[in-house]
Parts: sequence; C-alpha cells; structure tokens
Amino acid sequence: MGSGTSTQHHFAFQNAENAFRAAALIQRWYRRYMARLEMRRHCTWRIFQSIEYAGQQDQVKLHDFFSYLVDHFTPSSNHERDFLNRMFTEERFPQDAEMEKPSDYESIEVPDNYTGPHLSFPLLPDHATALVEAFRLKQQLHARYVLNLLHETRKHLVQLPNINRVSTRYSEEVTVCGDLHGQLDDLIFIFYKNGLPSPERAYVFNGDFVDRGKDSVEILMVLFAFMLVYPKEFHLNRGNHEDYMVNLRYGFTKEVMHKYKTHGKKILKILQDVFCWLPLATLVDEKVLILHGGVSDMTDLELLAKLDRHKIVSTLRRKTRKEKGKPAPKKAGAARPTPWFLPLKKELQRTPRRETSGRKMARSLSYLSMMLMGFNTNGEQTYKVNANLSFCKMKVGNMLVKQYAHIHPPLSNKKFWNLRGSKYKHTGSNISWSLQVVDILWSDPMAQDGCKANTVRGGGCYFGPNVTEQLLQKYNLQFLIRSHECKPEGYEFCHSRKVLTIFSASNYYEVGSNRGAYVKLGPALSPHIVQYQANKATHMLTMRQRISRVEESALRSLREKLFAHSSDLLGEFKKHDTDKTGFISLSDWAEAVESVLRLGLPWRMLRPQLVSSSTDSMLEYKSWLKDLAKEQRSRENIQSSLLETLYRNRSNLETIFRIIDSDHSGFISLDEFRQTWKLFSSHMNIDITDDCICDLARSIDFNKDGHIDINEFLEAFRLVEQSCPEGDASDCPQTTDPEDGDGSKPSTQ
Amino acid sequence: MADDKEREGTELVVAEYHRKIKEAFEVFDHEANNTVDVREIGTIIRSLGCCPSEGELHDLIAEVEEEEPTGYIRYEKFLPVMTEVLLERRYRPIPEDTLLRAFEVLDPSKRGFLTREELIKYMTEEGEPFSQEEMEEMLSAAVDPESNSIHYKDYIAMMVVDES
Repeated sequence: MGSGTSTQHHFAFQNAENAFRAAALIQRWYRRYMARLEMRRHCTWRIFQSIEYAGQQDQVKLHDFFSYLVDHFTPSSNHERDFLNRMFTEERFPQDAEMEKPSDYESIEVPDNYTGPHLSFPLLPDHATALVEAFRLKQQLHARYVLNLLHETRKHLVQLPNINRVSTRYSEEVTVCGDLHGQLDDLIFIFYKNGLPSPERAYVFNGDFVDRGKDSVEILMVLFAFMLVYPKEFHLNRGNHEDYMVNLRYGFTKEVMHKYKTHGKKILKILQDVFCWLPLATLVDEKVLILHGGVSDMTDLELLAKLDRHKIVSTLRRKTRKEKGKPAPKKAGAARPTPWFLPLKKELQRTPRRETSGRKMARSLSYLSMMLMGFNTNGEQTYKVNANLSFCKMKVGNMLVKQYAHIHPPLSNKKFWNLRGSKYKHTGSNISWSLQVVDILWSDPMAQDGCKANTVRGGGCYFGPNVTEQLLQKYNLQFLIRSHECKPEGYEFCHSRKVLTIFSASNYYEVGSNRGAYVKLGPALSPHIVQYQANKATHMLTMRQRISRVEESALRSLREKLFAHSSDLLGEFKKHDTDKTGFISLSDWAEAVESVLRLGLPWRMLRPQLVSSSTDSMLEYKSWLKDLAKEQRSRENIQSSLLETLYRNRSNLETIFRIIDSDHSGFISLDEFRQTWKLFSSHMNIDITDDCICDLARSIDFNKDGHIDINEFLEAFRLVEQSCPEGDASDCPQTTDPEDGDGSKPSTQ
Repeated sequence: MADDKEREGTELVVAEYHRKIKEAFEVFDHEANNTVDVREIGTIIRSLGCCPSEGELHDLIAEVEEEEPTGYIRYEKFLPVMTEVLLERRYRPIPEDTLLRAFEVLDPSKRGFLTREELIKYMTEEGEPFSQEEMEEMLSAAVDPESNSIHYKDYIAMMVVDES
C-alpha cells in the first residue's frame, strides 16, 4: 500500500540517481580520453612541422656552405687547388634568345607506339580536359609535348604583368587554391567537385605546385594547359617552390629526371625560365590580394608591379640589378667575368678541358658559384654584396658574418649589420626590389603586432595584424589570401579575418594528417571555404584510428632523427649522469634531447611513446640508444657513427649529389664525391677521417666502376633501412667521447 | 633533517610538475605570449593526468580566469592552481573496474551490452550530456556494426589498450 509505493518510489529514485551517476562517470572518462587524443594530435602536428622547418634550415645551410666554400676554403694540396680553380672556369650561358628556339622540341619524334595524350597548338579546351583525364589514367605526356607546352607557356607568361588582375564582372566565380605540392589527386578532386575552369569559372592557383608529391610534372602540365586555353580566367602565382634551387632538394628535379630520362635536362632548363616568368600576385576586383607567402611592413605594390621579375631566378640566392657606376674588377686581358673578391695574386689558370666527370663537376660548380657570385644567365655581373650578405647573416649567424667583414671592410660598419636585426628594415633601393619578392614568397603571419625576420624559414618575415591593416588601408583592399603554410583544416583565418591561409594539399604530412581546402569568392567577395581529404581510406577510420596512424608516422620520423644524433645524445646523457651510474632521470632525458635536437617539442609528453622502459623514474640511456639503433637496423659494414651522419645529412647529400651532377647524367666520380663530402663535413664540423670517407665512397660504389650512380647512392640508404644484423650505435669509436677529452669537438678549418 | 629531505623532495616534485605543466600549456600557446584560449584548458588539464567532470572543470576555470574574463587564460594564473591540483592528486582517473560497473548499472539485466539507442539516451539525457559531435564520435568507435550494440567490456578493453 502506502509504504510499498514509497519503497518503490525510493528504489525508482535510487535507480534514476544511479543511472545519472553512472552516465556522468562514463562521460567524464570519455571526455578525458578525447582530450588526450586531442593533445596527441597537436603534438604530432608539432613534430611534423618542426622536422619540416628544420629541413628547410638545412637547405639554407647547404647553400651557405657553397658560398663559404667559394670564399674561404684554403686548399691544402694541389689537388684541391685545382678543384677550386676549376670552379672559376668560364662558362658560357645560353642567351635568352636561345631559349626561344623551337628546335628544342621540333626534332623530337613521338613514336607510333606512344599511347599517351597528344597535344597540338594552339590548345583547345578539349585538349586540356583530355590531359586531366589522361593523367587520371596514369598516362605520361611525351617529352616533345611537354617542351612544346612549356615554350608556349613561356611565351604567354612573358606578356603578363607582375600583378594579375581579375574581375568578377567577367567571371561570376573566382576559386582560389593553395599549395598542391605535386599531389595530383587533390587537383583532380578540386576540378571534379568545383568544376573545370571556364570563362565563367575563374581560378587562381597560389604557388607551390611542385616538390614533395609525386606528380608535380602532371600538375604543371594541367595548370599551364588551362592557362593557355583560358588566359583571362586562369591565373598562376609564383610560390617559393617555383625555384630550381629548392627543387634540387625537395624532389621536383628528381621526378623530372626519373620520368624523362632523355629530355629531362632540357625540360628542367626551360622550366627554370618559366618559373621566373610566373606572376607574383593576383588582385581580384582591386580588393582581394592573393599572393603565396605574405607581406612585410616594406611591401610596396607599386614597386612590385614595376620590377623585372624575370631577374629573380632563385629566391634562395637573390640577385639584383648591377649597381650603377661600379664595374666588375677585370683581370688584364681577360674577356670573361672575374670573381670580384678574389685577391689578384690567386692564379686563375684555365684548366685543360678534359672530357671527364671532373669537367662536369667543374662546370656545375662553376655554374653554381657564378650564381652565388651574382652572375645571371647572360654572364653579366649582377652581384650585390649587401643583399647576399644580409641574407647570410640572417641564416648562418655570426660566424660567417665576421669572416665576410674581414674581406670587405665596409661591412665592419655596425649600422650595416642592423639590416635584419630585431627590426625588419631595407636599406638602399637596389636591394629593395629583390627583398620585396622574397617577402611575398616566404613570409608568414604572426599573432603579435610588428614585423620580424622569419628565422625559421630563413627568408621573408613574420608579419603582425598591424602590418596587414597598414597594407590593406594603404591600397584600399578588403583582405589578403595567402598559402605557404599547412593547416589541419586546410585553411585558417587570422588578423581578424583579414588574412586567409588556404592550403590545398590534403594529407600533406601523412595520410590523415590534414584536410585540403579551396575558397570561392562570392558576391561582394565574401569567402566560401570548401574542405576535402583526397583519400577514401581515412573516411572509414575513426578519429582515434586516424590520429594513431599519423602519430605513428610522426614518431617514426622522430625516432629516426634521434638515432641520427646518437653520439651527441650519448654525450649529453653522460653529462647528466654525474655519478656514472648509467641511469638518468626522465626529466634529464627531456632536457638532453631538446638541447641536442632543438626542435622545441614537448618531450615530456612524448616520452611515453619514445621511451618504452617500464620504470617511471630512471632511464638506462645506453640501452635506450641501443634499442633506437636496432629499430633503424643499421648496416654492419658501415661504421655506425658514419651511418648516423649519413642519416642526419641524407637530404643534404642528395642535394649535393644533384648539384654536382649538373648534366643530370646520374653519375659522379668517386673523387668528386669524396672531395665535396670532405669540404662539406669540414664546414659543418663533422668529424670524419679521410679513410672513413674513402671507405664510404667505395662502399657506395657497388659495381666498382669508379663512379657513383645516383641509384647506388640512394641504395646505400635503402639497404641501411632493410633488415640486417643489428649494429650498435652506442659504441661509437669515432665519436668524441666526453670521457676522453674535454668534450669539445675538434674543428676543422 | 627528515623535514629538510622531505622539503627537498617536494621541491623536486614541484619543479618537475612545473615543467610538465609548462609543456602542456605551450602546445596550445599559439601566439607564444603565455596565454591559451579558455576552450583549450580542459584538454590541457586532462592531458596532465586529471579527470575532472564538466562541473569541476568550470570551477577550475573560474579560479584561473581573469577578473573580467577575456576568453584567454594566462600562464601565470594557471601554473600555481594546476600545481596544487597535481600535488593534491585531485580528479584522479577512473579505474577500469569502476568504469565497468558504471556500464553495468546502465545494463541492469546484465546482457553484457547496451543497444545503440540506449547508449544515446543515457549519454545525451543523463549526467553531463554529450553534444551531438561527442555522441557521434563515441558511436563511431563503440558500436559493433553487425549487432548495432556496444559490448562495453570489449569497448573498455580496447580504449584502455589504446591509451598505453
């Protein structure tokens, strides 16, 4: 009766309360789980980014190495003296007129059994569409058509202004896409989802079409084809990767040579020119400015519109117009340009032309050094001390700065060096215009007001909301669209929605790492973003699985990097292990790792995934390093310290190789390799004996013919990654062991 | 003597906590100015090993917010509060068996599973309800597509393994 019902109510109430509490508990647990996933996702992103930027800094160091080489290396033997002298041999560069000769491709025959797409000029819309379809079916365009297309592209680009103008009066829609980086799937997806280009559908592609992905060639072909077919509606901006020097490192050069073994070199040559002719920016309705990187507080659109963009071959090594009234110092009787800074007593003998790889090396290094010294492809000296040196200062730091000051007295002037200190200033009109271009191709936005040098990228600046505001007001603009930075969602607004970053390469770091996006400018130019992720597999995965996959990939890269620094790490660990117990605390581990790798990562958070030891408090570091090595499966007959060094400098080595192999034959001589590696390692303070280098070179030359084939070169790394009997990274006889000396590395000058 | 050692021990622990907190904070300090968006505080706190409820989280945020809430939390305010939380071992994570019992409360007839509809009902109507996004995400991982139900014992086991 009464009590019965109240008991029932009581139980019912109890049950309801229990259910409430149980649900609350589950929710609480679940939210914590998701938060930890979120944290892992952020950390993974940081890993990828920091490794990517560290790589970029490496690239910059490499180019400064060559500059250093040219300026300062004191040959210790006649052999090396010859080597250096060969670098200053005269080189004839093709004139611009030569570049226009159609004979380049007309003589190339397309075989009957060629099943790829055919092109005829003038191109029609159907051709461009057919090209997309052909590439979707994984066909390759014949070299003849590639060259033909590039010639036509160049002719078209030459007529274009530095800043393209688009009007929505003519095309109803304008779609802006960001970095593609050789990811053809993304481009095809964009056309599929948004529609092919047409007079009613304008497109702007905002640079970085090439490098990293595997289909850069195909992307370029499609983009250029549509540009020729719809010249008024299809626009391209230059990105920092539309640059032959960057391409040497980041894969585009490799891709071209791999796909076009016979004609690759020709293609690369004309591409170099085509890149220089790409416009620098696009303006929509005089209101929306689209450019690849960003702006600085010195960005001057009028100057940008007027400058000769073609003269900027590479933004890694900026060259400017010849300074008026200062002719290059000439050696008596010399008809060719002389490196201006060489003391006259150094003899520039003309070495006999040998038909050897030595000559190849000479040609390529001299070409490179000519570039470094500021000669353009016409052989005119355009070198400007100031620009080059300020560039060096930014990147390499004080070491080189002091050395340059020594040979060029005005540079000891303090005021001069404040070119890029805490404030970001340009001095002198001659440098201005090349720095203008660097700024728009390399800069990144930052949250704080101001404008400071972009030390991470080594070029351009970080620009704050006030800089954006200033620019928009000065030129009466609505907002800025830029790319250059990968974003997890494929886009990001900043500076109170005045700056939009748009990035169109989905899964850029790894499958599942990020979305791609494009933006459509609607009525009143309001932005409408469309996101995508060009990989069906990831849609099936839960967020948890996606994050795990990407995380694994990031951690693998990180472990590789850790392994590559094993000797340095061992040294640091030993410093923390004052009692020589063989153990250090996990806190010390985190400190040591950061001081060696300098990636600015949250090591304590990453520790559980990097250190598998069970004890929560102390780590036996030697066995940890051993485990790392086991994972990397080191090769027994290459000394482990050498292996580490190889790993660390793998990208640099490959780039060096490609620079030396100027005619892209795929071969360099053992000697060239040895010489260059020796110089490089001495500059980078890598302690490796001559014997070691010889051994290394010989061990790489698999077929023992005295030449290193690029495949052999890369094979050395692949074999290293394969399963092999384990090596031991922690016993490094070659390393400078802090126990043996005072812990400092011997420096070789 | 013993007091000194104890104090030294605590100091070391606090120093280590400070470093951990700083690291976690910096991950979300996008502008590198020692502030994070208040909406990320929950993630930071939870990744430091704590498992607060939404209510507890709101209380914590109130402690670290500015007098006039700006939408941002400053590191200087966050650090001491978070250090206390860690030292006092507040908001401990939920042990596996407690979690299991919670599921069993929702499954009184002890079938060993919850249907999709039941889970949705409990998670979105009871306790501190899930948002639609949270619900969808949980379902995507928890529901066995063949039976359209959640075998909670397996689910817990899977999630726990994933954590380590």
